[in-house]
Amino acid sequence: MSDLETFRRETRAWLEANCPPEMRRPMTSESDTYWGGRNAKFSSEPQRVWFERMRDKGWTVPDWPKEYGGGGLEPAEHKVLREEMAAMGVRSPLSSFGIWMLGPALLKYGTEAQKKEHLPDIAAGLIRWCQGYSEPNAGSDLASLQTRADSDGDDYIINGQKIWTSYANYADWIFCLVRTDPAAKKHDGISFILFDMASKGVSTKPILLISGYSPFCETFFDNVRVPKSHVVGQVNRGWDVAKYLLQHERAMISGTGERGIGRPLGQVAADSVGSDDSGRLDDAVLRGQIAAFDIDEAAFAAVAERAVDLAKAGQSHPAFSSAMKYYGTELNKRRHEILMSAGGIDALEWESERSRGGARPRAWLRTKANSIEGGTSEVMLGIVAKRILDLPGA
Amino acid sequence: MPLVLTEEQSMLRDSARGLISDKAPVSHLRSLRDSKDETGFSRELWKAFAEMGFSGLLVPENFGGSGLGCVEAGIVMEEIGRTLMPSPFLSTAVLAASALSRSGNDAQKSAHLPRIADGSLLAALAIDEGAKHRPLQINLQAVRSGNGFKLNGAKALVVDGHTADLLIVAARTGGAAGERDGLTLFLVDPKARGIAIERTVMVDAHNAARIEFSNVEVNADQVLGEVDQGGALLEGVLNIGRGAVASEMVGLSEEVFGRTVTYLKERKQFGKLIGEFQALQHRASQLYIDIEITRAAVLKALQTLDGDFEHAGAAVSVAKAKAGTTATLAVQEGVQMHGGMGMTDQFDIGFFMKRARVCQELFGDSNYHADQLARMKGY
Repeated sequence: MSDLETFRRETRAWLEANCPPEMRRPMTSESDTYWGGRNAKFSSEPQRVWFERMRDKGWTVPDWPKEYGGGGLEPAEHKVLREEMAAMGVRSPLSSFGIWMLGPALLKYGTEAQKKEHLPDIAAGLIRWCQGYSEPNAGSDLASLQTRADSDGDDYIINGQKIWTSYANYADWIFCLVRTDPAAKKHDGISFILFDMASKGVSTKPILLISGYSPFCETFFDNVRVPKSHVVGQVNRGWDVAKYLLQHERAMISGTGERGIGRPLGQVAADSVGSDDSGRLDDAVLRGQIAAFDIDEAAFAAVAERAVDLAKAGQSHPAFSSAMKYYGTELNKRRHEILMSAGGIDALEWESERSRGGARPRAWLRTKANSIEGGTSEVMLGIVAKRILDLPGA
Repeated sequence: MPLVLTEEQSMLRDSARGLISDKAPVSHLRSLRDSKDETGFSRELWKAFAEMGFSGLLVPENFGGSGLGCVEAGIVMEEIGRTLMPSPFLSTAVLAASALSRSGNDAQKSAHLPRIADGSLLAALAIDEGAKHRPLQINLQAVRSGNGFKLNGAKALVVDGHTADLLIVAARTGGAAGERDGLTLFLVDPKARGIAIERTVMVDAHNAARIEFSNVEVNADQVLGEVDQGGALLEGVLNIGRGAVASEMVGLSEEVFGRTVTYLKERKQFGKLIGEFQALQHRASQLYIDIEITRAAVLKALQTLDGDFEHAGAAVSVAKAKAGTTATLAVQEGVQMHGGMGMTDQFDIGFFMKRARVCQELFGDSNYHADQLARMKGY
């Protein structure tokens, strides 16, 4: 038996023994997600048990080095772990922008001191992070951001406003893009800096969305004092860090790991629409739409798997995450349109116990942001056109 | 199994691409079409294919082949898709070799497989009877007669039917149209009495035939596999064919796309390269993404066929459906973005459009396979 097969066998046995049954079902609401942080509370005992067991094994971040709180797994082992978790339908123990976005950027660009200070806390879910990128006039054109960091001895004094800061009102720290050289060309004067959201001068204000939730905030900085040692990478070269991090954000938003768990769409639809005598969904056109969706979803799962394998083989294109982000988010929007159509009248309830507080329509509305956040679909297609296809102009 | 080619597989791709692009560019198909060539492919080139081991790719080693798998067959099919080289590869080296090696008895294997491997025997699989691919609807009757059977009925779109030395015919020995039980495969000599073969000139200038069977006598030893039990065998062989045709469509799509992107970088209108226009850039990017996704889905299906044959149906349906949709989009965008030039016969793009349409229909189009997947998932 190869080492990898042994690892698979042991991993499966460990998951069977350690993952509580309640954590092997698809999430039903936001509160099923554990985000960690200074003020974190577990929504259930199984959620706590599952998180702590995974943390103790280093499997909140299975592929990070052990010295930073990770599991130290090789890429092939990491893939096995993901496959076994997916096969068992187990939930991720910790949702975290620190894991998905900041961590990879720190591993690549951080100083040893920065890695030691932040990575173990991210792995252990002690600090919840938010991302300060977008501003009211710097969305798709992110590099035109205006938040200023003025030098003052060993510190910067930060002034400005961010928007669409996901969960800023719950976050402990922020990773933030600021302009450190207003005279430079727009990509060249930006730095990537970390600071505590409890710092004097930081305030947040939630933004209510069409889904009825406020995952996003406006975030204001009024003379916030931050040590210069908190800059990640070189001063004025923050765009490199930002771009690298965006690749990870896009991979995360494309939702490659989340789908394919739970009941098949066709059966969800059959629950409300019904089936004919031969077992076929009693709405031929909807059935066709779901089947076409299932084809695309299965094909997308294959390309997600291949993307990992190509990266391992050193054959991947750095801009391919944009392709994944585009397709994954459009697919997710389609999925939720179908879910709404399949649910019919039942899916329209906004507030009731029966509808679990309107979970389905709220999730449907939430997905509309997928093709906007982290770079719009149009920006993704533009990146593919220029960086992969090498098309001229602009 | 990682979803990337191994070093050996990459070498196979390079050697196939070298031979095919050198000896059989699209102009090769064009000249066969224009001269109304009787054979419809180059026997000389098929000999070269056999010498490089391609015709025996799926033939087991003890019968003179190289005993490779569906991934390797797909690699060759993809290269065929790039130049649309007409050859008996699909009919003989993929379908017939698979059918015989999977379920032939020793006598049948010894008689045919070494000759498939050395390129001297051409074969064709005769399945469809109606306008659409419906393998369960097979209605060609095989009625017991003495020590054997008598075949009556007709087949349409028999790929390479007019050049075949051996026909593998799917017939009904029991049950009714629509049922899986009662299907039987027969090895039939195309020169047998009662067989009428009409070569059909197809839109894509590839080879196909309509074949009529009128009281054709076959012996019991011409049954491939078990009587009445051919349904599963046929489905397995068809799945290999579907994976192969999906690969051809990946090659075809990528070639058309490559030519189109090159054109976007060269053609000027309104004083600009047309590749500068965002409307075209975004459509090109979408198509690129679709092709990459299709490539992954097809490789996944081929690996599943090699690793877990009995359970490959869903992955194969995903691959064939996705490849059909992507190829259709690729050729449509190819013609559209080439403008009026794309509509001319002088330009090659039209050849790809025609071939893509045929590949869509072969062994089930995208709708057929979406329906199959829905059934497998129980809705």
